[in-house]
Amino acid sequence: MLDKFDIQIREAKEHAVIETTGYLNDALGEQLSKKAQELIQNGCTQLVINLEKTTLINSIGISILIEIIEALSEREGTLNFCGLSATQERTFRMMALAKYAGIFPDEESAIANL
Amino acid sequence: MSNEHKVLLTIPMYPDMELAAAKTGSVLAELKDFNEEAVEEIQLAIIESCINASEHSQSEDKEVHIQFLVTDDQLEVKITDRGVGITTDTLDGTRLLGRPSVHPDLRKRGRGLQIIRALMDEVVIESSPNGTTVSFTKKKSPQ
Repeated sequence: MLDKFDIQIREAKEHAVIETTGYLNDALGEQLSKKAQELIQNGCTQLVINLEKTTLINSIGISILIEIIEALSEREGTLNFCGLSATQERTFRMMALAKYAGIFPDEESAIANL
Repeated sequence: MSNEHKVLLTIPMYPDMELAAAKTGSVLAELKDFNEEAVEEIQLAIIESCINASEHSQSEDKEVHIQFLVTDDQLEVKITDRGVGITTDTLDGTRLLGRPSVHPDLRKRGRGLQIIRALMDEVVIESSPNGTTVSFTKKKSPQ
């Protein structure tokens, strides 16, 4: 149940994809936040977060995603999510994340819509 | 075999112990053929309720007590702590807000109960200075 947690980053010229694996709680969330902030500080403001391998996201994890949205908003950047389950997508819409970040079914469409 | 199963579980307030409770809930829901989405919703509601108990109850025993009752039609979960109880400002989230957000509708904290209410069919919160019980029910969708 407690998946191995991991973060993979795939950087391209104009964007970066962050892929998380495992339970998105405070521990994984803090690592995700650190990686995202590093990318943003280095001028990469077009981000995709791929949550396909993240089966559970708690409200603390969502808080951290909100902080990333805010950091990008301050730099007029864009964040798209992909790989969400139906419940995750419903939760993101309920908590207004979908108002400030795109939600796409797969990484390809999330990148294409940055 | 009875159509009703009751499981009692006590978890310590350690990081990630909420996953043990969520796993128990998912096993019971799968036993009764709840669909995949309902199982995930149950897990999330259990996780949020256990996190609330761990973060806010201030209980001396640092334990969360969980009762699961599953029938062919529904899963009922009662999550109890023996803490100091919750107040109105905790319930509406105002006490839990972090620093002001760039986007005011993106509230960072105090959303656990909102999630539970949105995902479950019935939610009841009973609180006193001796502790809090959050009870919720997920009904099985027709196949």
